[in-house]
Amino acid sequence: MLDADFFRRWMRTAAASVDREAERLTALDSAIGDADHGSNLRRGFTAVATALEKEAPDTPGGVLILAGRQLISTVGGASGPLYGTLLRRAGKALGDAAEVDEEELAAALRAGVEGVMALGGAAPGDKTMIDALMPAVDALGTGFGAARAAAEEGAAATVPLRARKGRASYLGERSVGHQDPGATSSALLIAALAETAEADGE
Amino acid sequence: MRMLINVPETVVADALRGLAAAHPELTVDVEQRVIVRRDAPVPGQVALVSGGGSGHEPLHGGFVGPGMLSAACPGEIFTSPVPDQMARAAAAVDSGAGVLFIVKNYTGDVLNFDMAAELAEDEGIQVAKVLVNDDVAVTDSLYTAGRRGTGATLFVEKIAGAAAAEGQPLERVEAVGRRVNDNSRSFGVALSACTTPAKGSPTFDLPDGELELGIGIHGEPGRERRPMMTSGEIADFAVDVILEDLPPRAPVLVLVNGMGATPLLELYGFNAEVQRVLRERGVAVARTLVGNYVTSLDMAGASVTLCQVDEELLRLWDAPVKTPALRWGM
Repeated sequence: MLDADFFRRWMRTAAASVDREAERLTALDSAIGDADHGSNLRRGFTAVATALEKEAPDTPGGVLILAGRQLISTVGGASGPLYGTLLRRAGKALGDAAEVDEEELAAALRAGVEGVMALGGAAPGDKTMIDALMPAVDALGTGFGAARAAAEEGAAATVPLRARKGRASYLGERSVGHQDPGATSSALLIAALAETAEADGE
Repeated sequence: MRMLINVPETVVADALRGLAAAHPELTVDVEQRVIVRRDAPVPGQVALVSGGGSGHEPLHGGFVGPGMLSAACPGEIFTSPVPDQMARAAAAVDSGAGVLFIVKNYTGDVLNFDMAAELAEDEGIQVAKVLVNDDVAVTDSLYTAGRRGTGATLFVEKIAGAAAAEGQPLERVEAVGRRVNDNSRSFGVALSACTTPAKGSPTFDLPDGELELGIGIHGEPGRERRPMMTSGEIADFAVDVILEDLPPRAPVLVLVNGMGATPLLELYGFNAEVQRVLRERGVAVARTLVGNYVTSLDMAGASVTLCQVDEELLRLWDAPVKTPALRWGM
């Protein structure tokens, strides 16, 4: 079972990972976007980590809702509302439970991904974060490692796609051949989840 | 990179402190990043709030003042502001007559302003929205995030601002804003990429002797690259693309806008060519504005925006305005 502490550690791990990879995310974004994805997400996840130190929600849902709200209030751009919605929706789906199992987490993340799709209007194959998140949620039933692998494969699979959403969509065919920065950061978030679970011996 | 800055992290805050020092008629909250005209809320008047990424100066903070915006929310460089900023701005300027959000069509701006509208409505503030999407360079809107908002933002903010200053109700101000957007089209070219302070190197590589046609205002490349053209050839191309999309029916407002690093000497020369093409195509010009208004940091290049106007829109365009970057009649 996964408790609030597990979710806090997941968010802290994600913050560290985004911090480490911020320059790579920005470099990916400069190819087909506007070169700020890494610095924006770093600002947001740093705020999440700080907020979780000040305030310690005692349920998994509470941790995700707080994290989502921080992202919406600090990131800006499209990724603030989208990542904020992902975590808030997932947190709401978990409700007040003090502990959740992996199946419940998978269902909650699926609700979060559906929230992102509704908000951004993106579908799989549009070269967005959905292309990493959707396969990860599908694979979560078979374990955290499988989810990480699926997310990474999903992110890599955005390379040959033509962007249909977000700023990269303005490039049309010229967006082909570049990995989507949003799918890449989504894979980092799922990898942080797997890393947290592995540290637990889950 | 050679920039007149301290460190990339404080570029926006430093600029806001400088804006505040130069314009005591504005209230600038550097911490919360909200720029408000000092006499707001103006009783009985609809308030206009806009915002977007920084790096497009004077848009939007330079357009705050009587006859135009009530407040502006600058985000990080090229990144939309967050909902909290916009909701705070709306609360600061609402007189009870409602608030009009003017939003450029970018995914981030749209999502954050939508969330802000929900927050403001929770506070009992009536909110309406005009989406600006004038960029004809985006052709297949079905398979993109839709046309971008660029130069027409200035026309919408000025003309809707004049309607609000006349005391028109929210739904009328909103309708005027939409009419301006519906009658406006833009096309931009880049002669160089821009450099964001955080990245420190040009956002794309543009070899000497080439130009990008159909660029946006975020340092993103355009829809095609060609060997360098003359000012006259660019004017022919840009005006024709615009008129093809919006056939001429009425006199136009013309905005010849610099992207940040093109001198006025070149912009005026380019304007002469734009006026020539319009004359050749039989399009009457009502008013012309030339300068750096909706920029893209240090990008060299220019955009052309045409807005077809009727008598009412022209009267509102001519109405007095007093902001840091645009002022006449008062």
